[in-house]
Parts: sequence; C-alpha cells; structure tokens
Amino acid sequence: MNYNVNEKGYYGDFGGAYIPEMLYPNVEELRQNYLKIMQEADFQKEFHELLREYVGRPTPLYYAKRFSEKYGTKVYLKREDLCHTGAHKVNNTIGQILMAQRLGKKRIIAETGAGQHGVATATVCALMGLECIVYMGAIDIKRQAPNVARMKMLGAKVIPAESGSKTLKDATNEAIRDWISNPTDTHYIIGSVVGPHPYPDMVARFQSVISTEVKKQLQEKENRDTPDYVVACVGGGSNAAGLYYHYLDNPKVGIIAVEAAGKGIDSGESAATSALGKEGIIHGSKTLLMQTPDGQITEPYSISAGLDYPGVGPMHAHLFRSKRGEFISVTDADAMQAGLELSKLEGIIPAIETAHALAIFKDRKFKKDDVVVVNLSGRGDKDLNTYIEYFDLA
Amino acid sequence: MNRINKKMQEGKKLLSIYFTAGYPDIEDTMPTLEALQENGVDMVEIGLPFSDPLADGPTIQESSTHALKNGMTTAKLFEQLKDVRKTIDIPLIIMGYFNPVLQYGIEDFCAKCKEIGIDGMILPDLPLAEYELHYKDIFEKNDLKFIFLITPQTSDERIRQIDQASDSFIYMVSTASTTGATSGFSNVQRDYFERIASLNLKNPQIVGFGIKDSETFITATKNAKGAIIGSAFIKHITEHGVEKIDDFVSKIR
Ligand SMILES: Cc1ncc(COP(=O)(O)O)c(C=O)c1O
Repeated sequence: MNYNVNEKGYYGDFGGAYIPEMLYPNVEELRQNYLKIMQEADFQKEFHELLREYVGRPTPLYYAKRFSEKYGTKVYLKREDLCHTGAHKVNNTIGQILMAQRLGKKRIIAETGAGQHGVATATVCALMGLECIVYMGAIDIKRQAPNVARMKMLGAKVIPAESGSKTLKDATNEAIRDWISNPTDTHYIIGSVVGPHPYPDMVARFQSVISTEVKKQLQEKENRDTPDYVVACVGGGSNAAGLYYHYLDNPKVGIIAVEAAGKGIDSGESAATSALGKEGIIHGSKTLLMQTPDGQITEPYSISAGLDYPGVGPMHAHLFRSKRGEFISVTDADAMQAGLELSKLEGIIPAIETAHALAIFKDRKFKKDDVVVVNLSGRGDKDLNTYIEYFDLA
Repeated sequence: MNRINKKMQEGKKLLSIYFTAGYPDIEDTMPTLEALQENGVDMVEIGLPFSDPLADGPTIQESSTHALKNGMTTAKLFEQLKDVRKTIDIPLIIMGYFNPVLQYGIEDFCAKCKEIGIDGMILPDLPLAEYELHYKDIFEKNDLKFIFLITPQTSDERIRQIDQASDSFIYMVSTASTTGATSGFSNVQRDYFERIASLNLKNPQIVGFGIKDSETFITATKNAKGAIIGSAFIKHITEHGVEKIDDFVSKIR
C-alpha cells in the first residue's frame, strides 16, 4: 500500500479538494505550480539557506539518557523546540512564504490556535516585508496573550474570529472567507497538513526536512538510518508528517501518533479525532472529524490549544484506517505530568502539545534496544502560565 | 420535465429567495415557503443549516447557528417538507454544505429529496471534479439538478466545462466575496455580467450574492435570467418576522 498522496490528491479514501468555486482559481494555481516551484534550484537554495542561517537547522537529534534509563529503551528527541520561534511550524512558513513570492502574492493570511503558527507566519512576513493578517479565535486570543503580543510586535494584524465557537476551527473558517474575498493578491499559509489538496502534501514536504535530518543523524549515532519507532503528537498532523515522511513506506519503522484525549475519550471533552471522529469534510478535505450524527462539526477540547482541532490531516486519517499507524490518546493530566518529568530529567521544558507524545512511555512499553525517535515539536515558554496554574508553581 | 427547467422557459426575469430552514423559529419553514409562493416568488432555495458555512457572511452564519440551536436537523427538515407538494408548486432547491448530506447518507438524502419533490441541490463545497468522479449518477437517478457556481475569477474555459455539466441553470456569484456583501455593483460587475452573456451558454444564469433591493435586482437581471436574494431577506425576517414577507417581496419588482 502507498501512504503518500496520489496524483488525484488522495491518501487512500481521504483528501481531495472540497472547496467552493470561489477558491478554485487560487487552489488550482497552487496545485499546478507547487511541485515545479519546489524543485527549482533557486527555490531549494533559498529554502535551505534560510533553514540553516535563520531557523537554525539542522536541529539536534539528542539522546535523552536519563529519560531512556527511566523507561528502559533508547529515546532520541528531535529538537524542533530549538527552531527560531520555538516550534517546527516555521519550517512550513519559510517554505510557503517563498512559494507565495514566486506566485506573485503580496498579502499573506493565516489561521492560528495556540499562536505558534501565527507567530511563525508573522515572522516570515516581517522577514520578507509582506503584509500579514492572522485570524485567531476570540477565546484563544485571551488564552494565548503572549503570542498575540509577539505577532503584533512582528507587524501582523491579528483579527479575532467571533463566529461559531471562537477557536481554531473558526479562525480557519475566517481565513478561508478572507481568501474568498481577496482572490488575486493573497496567499493563505495553512499551518498544518490539513485543507484542500495540495496543502497537505505541500506542508508535509516542507516539514519532511525533519525526517531527512533524522535519517542522517541516526546513521551517525546508531550506524543505521531507520529507527524502530517514530513518535509525534498530532493536532492537524504537520510535525508528525514531517517526522514520518521518509519512513511511511518502510514497514520496519513503527509509526506512533499521539492525540489529545482531553479529560478522557468518553468525557465529552476531548480532541482524540481517530477515536471519536467519522469520515466527512472539514476545511476542504475529506478526512476524519468530530461531528454530531447530523454532520455538524463539534468543538473539541484539550488543555493544549495546538491540539484543539476537530479534524486530522488526510495522511493521518489514512494511516489510522489502514492500520499503518498506531494511535494513542493521552489525557491532559498525563501530558502535564510528562511535561514536568522531561523538565526535571533532561532540563528541557516542552510545549504541552509535545508533552502528549512523551506521555506514552508510561504505558506503552518498548524493548530495551529499540530506537525510538520522538519529535520534540516545540518548547514550553508559551505554556508557562498553564504549567504555573496547573502545578501551582507561583 | 423538472420544475426548474420548466420555470426557465417562462418569459420573465425570475426572482428566487434563499432562507435558512428553521429560522427564526423552528416551525417557520413551511409558513415561509407558503408566503414566498403567495407573493409571486418564482423559486426558493431552502438553506440546510451547517455549523461551519465557509462561503457565507455573518447574516447567514448567524441564521444557521440560530436554526441549529432551535433544533434543526436534516431529518427534521425532511419531516417539515413531507407534504410540501400539496401546497407549493414552484421549484424548490436545497442549499447547504456537503458534510451533513454525507452523514445522512448521500443515496438516502437524494432519494428522500425525490420522494418529497425537491428539484435541485446547491452544495458549494462539492466541486465539479469530485461531483463527476463520485456522485453524479446518484443525483441524476433522482432527477435532482446539481447547480454549479461561477465567479468573476472563473476562466471562460472552466465556465464552458461547467455549462456542459449543468442541466438547469448556472449560479453566477456576482462578486468575489462571501454571501451578504452590501457594496452594490460597480463597472467590474457590469463587465462580468456582459462577458458571461456574450459566451452564449446553453444554461441560463441566475445571479446571486449582493442582490438586496430593486436596483441591484434590475442590474443583475439585465443580462441574466434571474437573481437570488439571501442575506437581505434573512435580515428582513429577523426584524419583521415571517408575517411581513409581502412587504419585502413587493419592493423588489
Ligand atoms: C509545539 C507544537 N506541537 C504540535 C502542534 C500541533 O500541530 P501539528 O499536528 O500540525 O504538528 C502545535 C500547534 O500549534 C505546536 O505548537
């Protein structure tokens, strides 16, 4: 079986471009050009130069000795938290801003939940001198004040999404509506492997630099370029797609996707899409999403704003349905403990999204000489307030 | 012959109205339809409310959210429309988003539409390629006309493809915007209306988005066969309720 996208824009049953006609010219322009542009020598040169000089790549593949000892296996952390702006999100925004420039776009829009993607977009817009508008749910603006301030400092305009439930899915709706109303000069930088084809594939390709580096680094450290497992948290699925990318078709590498169970799968307050979702259409893609029996999209819940999305990218929906991926969900409480534990064992404070991926070791046992690579997708600075309140650290 | 096709043969310019089912009150669906027909409206789009209406502006978003809070569902709409053909004989089109239709089951949904006497469907997020790849046969089997949108940015080549795939009318979106734009029509729209007229398409065109009064109706239908009013009508019933529909319709033409 093939786990990457096919020529029609599908991953198995999932994907496609379920968009209103108003978006067709923009999405079609992107579809016809993205692969060609990405392959151009000058694009590759500029992309990799920026990743090296500006983002700080390659990020280390760090052997977490004390964490490994505690769980009786070999755990490597791919340090995306050390990227400029503090998470993997910037790999994608660097790629997409170069794409937007080559398509002649002058105005950039984006959606954001936790604010990480908004900050990464505002950053590259400042770098390139392009106008930047970020849609963010009115509730998230309150929850993530430091990131809102960062975006403003970087020159972006932050527009609150007041519709629906006022969180990430509504911010995405508002960004799409903006694009409908600005059909010629605007590029929409989607923040994950979601949305209509070609977005999931384009974002996965930009994030695949993670997987490329892991192969090389493992070769140096372990004398083989394949781990036994790759583990990542999944909101929309971009940091996971980036880590899995070159291992998708290698059955010797186990793929583990970690979703947010919130207060528990059956609590009614969860964001575990694979467990709770059904096939449907969200934001232009056929995929798994949380919805009522009547097909209304429901509001997810997670303590981490970056995992608080009712859908999952079509690649991950396919990994789930085909059973290629092992899907585990982790509660708020277990994630918070894992975040605290990594801080104490390794001196690394992870983002709460990332902490979900670290929490699986408590119950999911690995063999002593298994090599497990965990994507440390982001740092915890943005989450300090949540950590402080949760553990009463003040 | 399908009621939509029959209607397109009438000599006059057609007035079509969109409203959200189950709004303002859950039981307003049938009274609204009856009042629209009584006041001479030619065709109706019945909006099936959705939680995430991407192509809609604030007015229709809010009416949809409100209708869902009222308890509107697909099954409830079909129940309300069960005997619609006893009193209503103008063409009826269901307009909504694809996800609720998929969850109901697309085969069941279309069969139910046929049973009730629905004539067509507008699902803005089911585009031409996906329609032709997976769903065309189901709609055709149930004599449901699938209506495609075009916009000022749609290329002539694609308009011709859409014309080929259509067999009722083409929904001509007037401006690059979501529903409920209020800016009126400029020369850009007038040029667009004339460009489309000059293509001599086999399907008539009905203009929608931004039609709100007699003036915009007249401009839009100078070349096109008719026009659709949505947000302006929703605003009217929000303020005046469904009892005063005659006030609104009589001012349009
Ligand atoms: C640090 C971090 N990790 C993970 C995610 C989840 O997104 P994705 O699944 O696209 O990697 C986010 C989203 O904001 C994030 O900030």
